[in-house]
Amino acid sequence: MADVTLQALVKRYDKTDIIKGVDIDIKDGEFTVFVGPSGCGKSTLLRMIAGLEDITDGTLSIDGKIVNHLQPKDRSIAMVFQSYAIFPHMTVRENMAFGLTISGISKQEKDQRVNEAAKVLQMEHLLERRPSQLSGGQRQRVAIGRAIVRNPKVFLFDEPLSNLDAALRMDMRMEIAKLHKKLAATMIYVTHDQVEAMTLADKIVVLKEGQVQQIGTPMELFHHPANRFVAGFLGSPSMNFIDVDVLAIDDHSMTLGSTVLDPVVLPRVEQVVNVGQKVELGIRPQYLQPQHGDVKGCLHGRVSLTERLGTETVIDVSLADGKKVIAAIGQDQVFPLGEAISLSFDPERAHVFATQ
Amino acid sequence: MQKNSSSLTQHNRSGWLFALPGFGLMMLFIVVPFVFAIVFSMTNQRLISPNPTQFVGFENYRQLLSVNLLVLDPVSTEAGELKQNADGTLTYPRIRTFTRNNPDYPHLQGMKEWFSWQWQDKQVAILASDPVFMKAVVNTFLFVLVVAPLQGAFALALALLINQRLKGINVYRAIYFMPVVVSIVVVSILWRFIYDGQNGLLNNLLHSVSFGHLAPVDWLGNPDTALGSIMAMSIWQAVGFHMVIWLSGLQTISPTLYEAAKIEGASGWQTFRYVTWPGLKNTAVLVLIVITMQAFALFAQIDVMTNGGPLDSTQTIVFQAVERGYGKQDISGGSAISVVLFVIVLSISLLQRHFTREKK
Repeated sequence: MADVTLQALVKRYDKTDIIKGVDIDIKDGEFTVFVGPSGCGKSTLLRMIAGLEDITDGTLSIDGKIVNHLQPKDRSIAMVFQSYAIFPHMTVRENMAFGLTISGISKQEKDQRVNEAAKVLQMEHLLERRPSQLSGGQRQRVAIGRAIVRNPKVFLFDEPLSNLDAALRMDMRMEIAKLHKKLAATMIYVTHDQVEAMTLADKIVVLKEGQVQQIGTPMELFHHPANRFVAGFLGSPSMNFIDVDVLAIDDHSMTLGSTVLDPVVLPRVEQVVNVGQKVELGIRPQYLQPQHGDVKGCLHGRVSLTERLGTETVIDVSLADGKKVIAAIGQDQVFPLGEAISLSFDPERAHVFATQ
Repeated sequence: MQKNSSSLTQHNRSGWLFALPGFGLMMLFIVVPFVFAIVFSMTNQRLISPNPTQFVGFENYRQLLSVNLLVLDPVSTEAGELKQNADGTLTYPRIRTFTRNNPDYPHLQGMKEWFSWQWQDKQVAILASDPVFMKAVVNTFLFVLVVAPLQGAFALALALLINQRLKGINVYRAIYFMPVVVSIVVVSILWRFIYDGQNGLLNNLLHSVSFGHLAPVDWLGNPDTALGSIMAMSIWQAVGFHMVIWLSGLQTISPTLYEAAKIEGASGWQTFRYVTWPGLKNTAVLVLIVITMQAFALFAQIDVMTNGGPLDSTQTIVFQAVERGYGKQDISGGSAISVVLFVIVLSISLLQRHFTREKK
């Protein structure tokens, strides 16, 4: 088991920087998730850790040792790919034992280690099958088994659940969480799915265009996003952003308002410097409460669409200035189309971002 | 019948009309000659002859394929001692005395010596009614046995080399593929110059790299080197074609499999053994069958470079079929050879299919 440290890592193709100086500290046994939109460099970063991509600049150390120039096999890592990457002509047992076979380990030890891994993954009955006889979830399990058999210091997962259907994805997500508890190994997991990131991670790294946006626990990121990008990226449905004006400031608070928002008093944030400044107010859909009648401190608009999910109702509200906000109510409720609606919120739960 | 559907889809006749050109050409140039070959091979048909054609059954095949064994005792003197030549070798009766009008050996009538060897003090001779054809069969099999594995292996090696992301890799691909595009006749003429016994490129090259120690060899004029020379040139000529087939097979293997192997620590050879080669199994079957069939059809190189010589050392089955059919105007004999070749190639293909089938 090992720490993984990335210091000022840079990846450059020709003259374009794909990874623009990334610093991350991953502690021993930590489950770290790299998350971000496609093209943000999260997979490239993982492949750099694996040794499948060269590191242009910076240092990467695993367990205190700089591994920049080591071959993948010498880095004590194992990797699970999105497309499983299991060898189609080998049985499950041969696939899982592949690393041991090529390093020439005795059959007895090979069998023992494969059987142990199969037991952990509850797939002992599949060992003699061929990949073509397995379902997607079982194939991914084989790939994970192959990683376990290597007994690595660090597990790397590259979007391992993206090829699975929704129900299976949830099962496998839980399996991976259990596996992490059982093995207590350092794991680095790349995904574009924020649910996977939120549920699995001890630590989330949000990436955008090759730069780290924020590193923290899922709840830190959810409740205290460092910037507008992180705020908008995590949470579903995603956060509402409303353009507002700064109406008044004093030492500890500020008053914000606009044509669609009644003046509301929030704790002062440092980005707000003068009256009349334009800022963005971010409110998660779950924190907007529909109100009947004219209530102070609210957003005002009309219902343009409702989606009833049974346990939740998502309403699309057109504000007076034509912008839209989404509110999610934790119960089944009917909102007639076109009805005037006021949405209130707890100012403590709103976020203020300087306009870009 | 529905009014709105087009009459084209209603009438079978239109369908046949559309198929007719292709169907007709295939009938005319593939099916009809095939049937003709089988029919002619059972007659005494000649290319031009005033005599009517007669049905002869399997006589042509008997004439082609009969083989017999003759064991000769050494000639003894009247005293009962073995008669020896001046150099100590034994003398044997001439084989002609058994094969020419010898009433005791009617089954050897008209046969010729194919090859013979010494066995204790006896001479064992294998006789064939058509030793030239037998030589052609042996040469053809030799050609297939050498060319198929070597050409396949070289093509795979080239494919592995050019399956890399390097600058200008397409130039290499083009260079290796070029001989395939050039007509085999042109290539054969060029290689006749290369193999020339006096001033050929190969002899000059060997002469200079060996600092004059290697004497020039008449590559195509020497029975020991002629077939080997043609093999080498044939391998070179078509290797690019099979390289392209291997390349297409290589590119169907998922790059992630290579990455997985790399992470597991596989060496270059292990990656080939565990990832590349298993992924190429279907391609290998295809390449092997195609090369085998092409090798059995060896003709143009022989026709241009050696005409079957020297001393029948480069006779091949197809060359014999053409030589017999058009050179000697013996259409029935040529047809019989074609049918024999067909049976050989068919059986080999079936065997290859059997051995390379997907095991359940």
